[in-house]
Amino acid sequence: MTQAPPAQRAHTADTSRPPRASMRDALHAEWTKARTLPGTGWPLLAAAALTVIVSAAVAAAVRCPSGHCAEDPAKISLTGICAGQAVIAIVAVLAVSSEHSTGMIRVTLAAMPRRATVLAAKAAVLTGPVLVTAAVAVPGSVLAGRLILPGHGIGPAHGHPDPSLASGPALRAAAGSVLYLALIALLSLGIAAAVRDGAAAIGVVLGLLYPFPIPGQVVGSSSWHRHLEQLAPMTAGLAIQATTGLRSLPISPWAGLGVLAGWAAAALLAGGNLLRLRDA
Amino acid sequence: MTAMITRRGTAVRAERDGFGELLHAEWTKFRTVRGWVVGMIVAGLLIIAVNLIPGGECGGPQSGGQVTLGGPSCAPTLGPGGEAVADSFYFVHQPMASTGSITVRVTSMTGSYSPGGAPGQELKSALQPWSKAGIIIKASTRPGSAYAAMMVTGEHGVRMQWDYTQDAPGLAGAVSAAAPRWLRLTRSGDTITGYDSADGTHWARVGAATLPGLPRAAQAGLFAASPTSSNLISQSATGSSSSGLSTQATAVFDDVDLRGTPPSSRWSGTDVGGGTNAAYPARDGGYRQPGRALTVTGSGDIAPGLPGGTGSGGSVAGTLAGTFAGLIAVLVVATMFITAELRRGLIRVTLTASPRRNRVLAAKAIVLGAVTFAAGLPAAYMALLTGERKQHAGGISVYPVPALTEVPMIVGTAALLAVAAVLALGIGAVLRRSAAAVTAVIAALVLPYFFAGPLAVLPAGAADWLPRATPAAGFSVQQGYPRYPQLDASSTPANGYFPLAPWAGFAVLCLWAALALGLAGYLLRRRDA
Repeated sequence: MTQAPPAQRAHTADTSRPPRASMRDALHAEWTKARTLPGTGWPLLAAAALTVIVSAAVAAAVRCPSGHCAEDPAKISLTGICAGQAVIAIVAVLAVSSEHSTGMIRVTLAAMPRRATVLAAKAAVLTGPVLVTAAVAVPGSVLAGRLILPGHGIGPAHGHPDPSLASGPALRAAAGSVLYLALIALLSLGIAAAVRDGAAAIGVVLGLLYPFPIPGQVVGSSSWHRHLEQLAPMTAGLAIQATTGLRSLPISPWAGLGVLAGWAAAALLAGGNLLRLRDA
Repeated sequence: MTAMITRRGTAVRAERDGFGELLHAEWTKFRTVRGWVVGMIVAGLLIIAVNLIPGGECGGPQSGGQVTLGGPSCAPTLGPGGEAVADSFYFVHQPMASTGSITVRVTSMTGSYSPGGAPGQELKSALQPWSKAGIIIKASTRPGSAYAAMMVTGEHGVRMQWDYTQDAPGLAGAVSAAAPRWLRLTRSGDTITGYDSADGTHWARVGAATLPGLPRAAQAGLFAASPTSSNLISQSATGSSSSGLSTQATAVFDDVDLRGTPPSSRWSGTDVGGGTNAAYPARDGGYRQPGRALTVTGSGDIAPGLPGGTGSGGSVAGTLAGTFAGLIAVLVVATMFITAELRRGLIRVTLTASPRRNRVLAAKAIVLGAVTFAAGLPAAYMALLTGERKQHAGGISVYPVPALTEVPMIVGTAALLAVAAVLALGIGAVLRRSAAAVTAVIAALVLPYFFAGPLAVLPAGAADWLPRATPAAGFSVQQGYPRYPQLDASSTPANGYFPLAPWAGFAVLCLWAALALGLAGYLLRRRDA
């Protein structure tokens, strides 16, 4: 606190020699940080594993003995996303908050005074591994559902849509789920940049994701319930997973993902602005 | 180190090591961190804030364009004791005087449901465990009026039930042509006695009901009802509404012997509660009289009523739904109460001042628990007040709860928050990483509710253990409605119906908190600070 601000001020005040750090350098720096930290890979692996395990467990628990349930096979197969996103959120929050808690952020900002660039680089570096994780977790979940669900009376043989990736809606559900996880990561990153403290940030993220729809369940007013589901990042975003009953959805699949993207953009914007305005 | 040893030798020691001092130190730490105090206030506000969202409205535009909220269709049906009831069935009846009896033989009961939920589809055969058919003496055909009934059920044998909440078992086993059941009800004034028999000659008394104020001219006859199936519920993962499928039961009676009726009276059929109860749409209930037999088909249930299950009306627990949002804020503060100290190295100062590490942890737990309880109590009370006012303003009648149920609900909610905070403290001390600890505790407390509860991702049966075994079981302190064995209701926490009794669910949460705290104490002693 005593050392960094003067050094930093000197750096930014020196307008005759603009900082040489470009976006490429920022990306490289962030990637190096992410790569060399011992704790980055394991949580992502855990997120993928948790997603597949929960998906498989839910698929194994669903029964439709009569073969006449209104189940959505694609959605059941992808239920694990609800759990896996929490781990993704931790990774994203820690990408920012761990720098704040150790004071590393001052070094980062001294080297890279353009704070928006730093956040953009962080977002880009985070998105890549998250997309890779999701690209493992989602097909794994779909495969698990494909193997388990037909034995429980849910599958093409019983008039349900084909959950494999060959059909259009199922492919949209799977690809959308990958994007969903990436957007959750960006939302978490933006919130962490705004809140800075890890515990508070993860509390805000999970508070935004999980209990948001609950009041809607309780208020009983169908119009408000619907509005909440259209507005809440999780219920809106997960509309992308629906392959049956599209008409009864509170929001259409891609529009729902758009709502989540809006949340993520707003969080990044808020985080970026606060990062610029506040002392590190 | 040497300074400490000499100090421990002095007379100051007794004062220094006092547990009261330790509590005071922890309280000072909590009090002076602005973020934590703000966090607790935010938690309290969040619990109340959910009730500021405009709620549902019941009622609608009347003739003349005037909007009136409320009305009988917005209120749950009330039974003779003032409790909410489900009263919807097909009734084939004749008037009966104050002395009389009805005897029948039941030879078959079958059930069916419409798989798609839409009328007109092919009906699937499925008898519900609590499908009911038999004989009934009822004060009137008005839903909610007093009654006593002898019935065969889908899976629970012969029962005598009266006034919605009372239930007495009779002969076991299912009814069939090979194993018919004889049922008899005798009325003598306000007292109705039920008998059953497997052969029509040897009768056993099942129970006797006193129905105070039963009118002289009551209605007696045959009935059939079949509740909405919770096992056939179509699930939805994004929180869209999931509704049970309505089912119907058909029973065949013969040898009907009705005494105490006016000489010229004939059977008439009534769909009791039909149409007024959206949860039990009438599905072609009716009766046929081929020869001496009488076939009655009906849908619905005669049972205690629960919010969300049997018609319109709000629940008391619904006013406390904000607990989830508030809980997350509490958990963040509680975790940071230990992780911040571990991270900043303040713990070394703390442990130097008070080397007995378990006592430090205990002091932290007590201070945190007390602060959370103190913040949660007024918040829960305010939430209940604002929530009930909101429901009232929207014309929604709250399902009546037994007297003084609200006191344990409020205190229980505050205690739930306090113990959850201690659990978070323990997990924070074990994991040491605040983000991971917060996520773990939120996952343990909120996710089971989320998966098994309102969003109903898991089927009702398979998800039953989640809200029982995880710390989320603690939410059953918000149980507002008594549990009846004669009611197959899926646990819907948003409606105030939990799988465990309040004390049992709270005990599960306490056990988890004790485990976490124990492990934290063990690791705190074993690990370097």
